[in-house]
Amino acid sequence: MMSNHIKLMQGNEACVEGAIAAGMRFFAGYPITPSTEIAEISAQRLPRVGGKFIQMEDEIGSMAAVIGASLTGLKAMTATSGPGFSLKQENIGYAAIAEVPCVIINVQRGGPSTGLPTSPAQGDIMQAKWGTHGDHPVIALSPSSVRETFDLTIKAFNYAEKYRVPVIMLMDEVIGHMREKVEIPNREDLEVIDRKKPTSGLVDYKPYRIEDGELVPPMAEYGGEYRFHVTGLVHDETGFPSNTPKVAESLIKRLIKKIDDNKKDIFLYEEYKLEDAEIALISFGSTARSAKSAVDMARAEGIKVGLFRPITIWPFLDTEIEQLAKKVNKIITVEMNLGQYAIEVERKACKYAHVDKYGKLNGELITPDEILKKIKEV
Amino acid sequence: MSSRLINEYLREDKLPHIWCPGCSHGITMRAIVKAIDNLNIEKNNICIVSGIGCSSRAPGYMDFNTLHTTHGRALAFATGIKMANPKLKVIVITGDGDCAAIGGNHLIHAARRNIDITTIVFNNNIYGMTGGQYSPTTPQGERGTTAPFGNIDKNFNLCNLVKAAGATYTGRSTAYHVNMITKLVEEGIKNKGFSFIETLSICPTYYGRKNKKGNVVDMMNYLKNNSINVKAAEKLSDEQLKDKIIVGELYKTQEPEYTEEYKKIIESFQKER
Repeated sequence: MMSNHIKLMQGNEACVEGAIAAGMRFFAGYPITPSTEIAEISAQRLPRVGGKFIQMEDEIGSMAAVIGASLTGLKAMTATSGPGFSLKQENIGYAAIAEVPCVIINVQRGGPSTGLPTSPAQGDIMQAKWGTHGDHPVIALSPSSVRETFDLTIKAFNYAEKYRVPVIMLMDEVIGHMREKVEIPNREDLEVIDRKKPTSGLVDYKPYRIEDGELVPPMAEYGGEYRFHVTGLVHDETGFPSNTPKVAESLIKRLIKKIDDNKKDIFLYEEYKLEDAEIALISFGSTARSAKSAVDMARAEGIKVGLFRPITIWPFLDTEIEQLAKKVNKIITVEMNLGQYAIEVERKACKYAHVDKYGKLNGELITPDEILKKIKEV
Repeated sequence: MSSRLINEYLREDKLPHIWCPGCSHGITMRAIVKAIDNLNIEKNNICIVSGIGCSSRAPGYMDFNTLHTTHGRALAFATGIKMANPKLKVIVITGDGDCAAIGGNHLIHAARRNIDITTIVFNNNIYGMTGGQYSPTTPQGERGTTAPFGNIDKNFNLCNLVKAAGATYTGRSTAYHVNMITKLVEEGIKNKGFSFIETLSICPTYYGRKNKKGNVVDMMNYLKNNSINVKAAEKLSDEQLKDKIIVGELYKTQEPEYTEEYKKIIESFQKER
């Protein structure tokens, strides 16, 4: 169907194309700048592939409809930005505890509140991790090009399906609206993972039963072979609520462990000119593009700088950051906020390297010149 | 009769239920199960969705596909389920606080779309699970723990609200008029579109006690003595109907159903190929 072809497209468009290639067949959303194109293009594209699109009455309802559709067997996604991301948080927690695969695209804009609707920001790093209440697992990814947005949206669905978790794509306004040349791969070259289903014909089906040595229960769908109950309450392997401390502890610990034990599979990052670097920049999303230019500019002046670009934002790249800190003398985090990712970096790196941060949140992009100046300062 | 319904449709290992002595939610739950039995629908083809509150605990006891969601959001989750698999009969069980306060937006929009979901509200005029706070259906002047001097909020007429929003079937009954609940739910499920059935429930523990409504029998008698069938009500003036509970099938019409309309869009592309 999809041939190997080259297209000029926007990040938001690449996101939808990636989602459809990954098997997305349901989208629920609510208009919000700067993610609206994702809803618009989904509305155009989905019925053509037999999928469903619905514009819900609000952001909360969109997240709810996505979970309902996923429980009914469809790969489902929603897209939003700052204020909408805040509104979705309660139901993101529901998806985490009930283990419902889903993808949430957050095209970040300036905040808090209505903030700077048409300007880029990277201020939702911590909200992606801690936005919903309670300890819970989450995976968050951040693309820094249009092509990578395509690839990472597929990865987002794959992780969601494999680990039965909500996966958050932390895009930003620049990546969402920027147009770049994208070579769309052949469908047969793409790795697409589907949720594991329970075996047929079980006499005593339990929706959250874990096989020995596994951490993720297979998932049935409403309208299929098995009838089952799903709740946002703490539940045992039958899916029914339980107040037992032992059940509560083992459930939440397993939810965390299923991500922690699979970090190797989930950790994605890029290293640029780090081999002999004395200073490492850490930057992601659109900001990493400026950081890469700054590395080249600094190198032209003989300063040994490299770039470490986290692609997986959550779970935090702890072992990798620690390794990096051991190799270099200084680390500078560069992000469009006042140092949200920097907090995590400092925690892991401070023993081995000096950590400095550069942040900006006035709605303007961070330029390579600014980063170069910061490099020279430290 | 009852034991057959219990054996066939309830999750016996989840009983006894958590509802207080004298609460009428169990009566309503049984009436719904009876309606499903009368319609002879395959259990796997039914999905019952609820929000948060006393009424929303019902699906946990009912042996179908069941989903206990977040507060107020049952209809939004149900919309995703119905869109994903329109063959499923989707039923929402909710309460007055769940559907008319925190979930009010989803209620009017599900009605507006005329999506084929049957919504049954267990209206006990109070937030029971949290201990007796006034709800959007607590009558003016009545008390709740958060209305210690009497409720000054005007209460919703839920059936009128959803009719105005676009529902194609509405009906009202009470925990006293059990067979009527069954009949209305049957008709609601049969209706191809958004159906809304309000069932008045009694909460002797909080609403009754706070408002000196007497014992359980007194509260049941109140439902019996103050209800009037919609047909009989037509002949009476507004003044005569003041404080009366109008019960029966209130509204029925036919409009295009949401998932059918969306199916037409999908099919238009299949023809193109």
